[in-house]
Amino acid sequence: MLTRLRRQPSWLTFLLSFLLLLFAWQMVVVWGNYDRFILPGPYDVAQQFKVVWQDGRLPKHTWITFSEVIPGLFIGIAFATPLGYLLSKSPFVARLVSPYLIASQAIPIIAIAPLLTIWVRSTYWSRVLVAVIVVFFPILINVVAGLRSVPVEQYELFHSLRASRWQIFRKLELPAALPILLAGLKVGATLSVIGALVGEFVQPKSEGLGFLLVTARYQFKTDLVFVVIVTLGVMALLLYGVVSLLEWWLLRWQTFAHGRKV
Amino acid sequence: MKHSFVALKNISHIFSNGFQVVADVSLTISGGEFVALVGRSGVGKSTLLRLMAGLFVPTQGEVMLDNQPAHHTQEPVGLVFQKDNLLPWRTVQGNVHLPLEIQGQSQKSTHQRIITLLDLVGLAGYAHHYPAQLSGGMAQRVALARALVHEPSLLLLDEPFGALDALTREKMGQELLRIWQLLPVTVCMVTHSIPEAVLLADRVLVLNGQPGTITADISIDLPRPRTLEMEGTSEFYGYAAAIRAAIE
Ligand SMILES: Nc1ncnc2c1ncn2[C@@H]1O[C@H](COP(=O)(O)OP(=O)(O)O)[C@@H](O)[C@H]1O
Ligand SMILES: [Mg+2]
Repeated sequence: MLTRLRRQPSWLTFLLSFLLLLFAWQMVVVWGNYDRFILPGPYDVAQQFKVVWQDGRLPKHTWITFSEVIPGLFIGIAFATPLGYLLSKSPFVARLVSPYLIASQAIPIIAIAPLLTIWVRSTYWSRVLVAVIVVFFPILINVVAGLRSVPVEQYELFHSLRASRWQIFRKLELPAALPILLAGLKVGATLSVIGALVGEFVQPKSEGLGFLLVTARYQFKTDLVFVVIVTLGVMALLLYGVVSLLEWWLLRWQTFAHGRKV
Repeated sequence: MKHSFVALKNISHIFSNGFQVVADVSLTISGGEFVALVGRSGVGKSTLLRLMAGLFVPTQGEVMLDNQPAHHTQEPVGLVFQKDNLLPWRTVQGNVHLPLEIQGQSQKSTHQRIITLLDLVGLAGYAHHYPAQLSGGMAQRVALARALVHEPSLLLLDEPFGALDALTREKMGQELLRIWQLLPVTVCMVTHSIPEAVLLADRVLVLNGQPGTITADISIDLPRPRTLEMEGTSEFYGYAAAIRAAIE
């Protein structure tokens, strides 16, 4: 049975495991005889989903969170990439900023986020900023690791061909660092959702899925909490999927690296 | 005398950690010459080659390529290491095209040249393969084609066949000779194999000591074209013995 399942397409395996999960969840609710406020069943959640979808609250708040996540991710990349390049090229810059960068990681974002809402006038941009900060470090680390992975001999090859700095970046460093860079981007993509959520949590007058989550909890609408959680999960998965697709496209050559020798 | 020549004048090189690799090395290579560089490991052969490529600026002395300081010249050289050093994300054709691309020539305008060159190194039909799909010998041929595609006047080889099995190595040596005779290129090749040095080179330089200096400069007056059968002659054996004795 298991071997036959293994041969099925992956979407079918996923569908089966998903149905099984829903079933187990429903069973727990039924056997435990839990109150709807403690643990709603999948059916209750689906009902609630329909309600908030139709009254427009879910699409609205999802869109708001999404519109924070995307700029957060891109701005994070836009800052982390050049700094990562500088860090790996200049030992001086590395010595100068590394201690602060590492120390900053010891401070939980949830502690800084309220400060940001005070400092940044725009409530929207203060939430984006939290996402930027969360995304920044893993991207930075991966840019540095990616550039360090370029073998010295390949730099020497480019120098012997008298390549310009830009050519070295474009034709050597970027493609060589890409696998590690994309791995960082995957982490960053999922973290950006968490960042936006934290930003929404800490604002008194807020909006977005984080806001919806907090409100639902206060009102003991546990089924709505579940709706938000699932939506967040789907959003993170979608972003992860887009990066994976990008990875698959950009690193097509790797399929040959594992292929047979001639 | 054919093309460019290399001139090292009283070269000493000290690495940033204070280690002196080579001291007071002077040598000249005439255009079109094939020179082999031999010596024990760690004696500074690769360092000398990198100095000739203009990758390092010598601490003392001057490295001239065609009467220009090597680290200033915009003239690209051909470089092959023991490792093929191919870019794994490019096909064979893409790898060979790289030097031309850096000079700003499009793949379209150089396509025919690349195909001809691949043919010359015995890789016709492999243009669209990726490096990971090639054997060690084939990958090294691609590296050689890449080092020659922009028609450099100087080809620098650092133990280029060191990672290959003995038979492939002999075959590659013969192919290198054939290509060298077709093209106006000056060759400086580091090798660990004394027979290989004798069979291929016009001159064999021996590097010795710590820091390294050139202690012998032996001209190989075997006729060309050189063939593998020459390895059995007493003349060949005489050269090999002389070089062996010169390595301390
Ligand atoms: N960048 C470097 N910094 C310090 N020492 C080096 C460096 N590169 C090479 N060396 C040292 O210089 C010596 C000569 O190296 P190399 O030129 O590679 O020798 P060979 O090619 O003859 O084996 C070795 O002892 C090596 O450890
Ligand atoms: Mg060496």
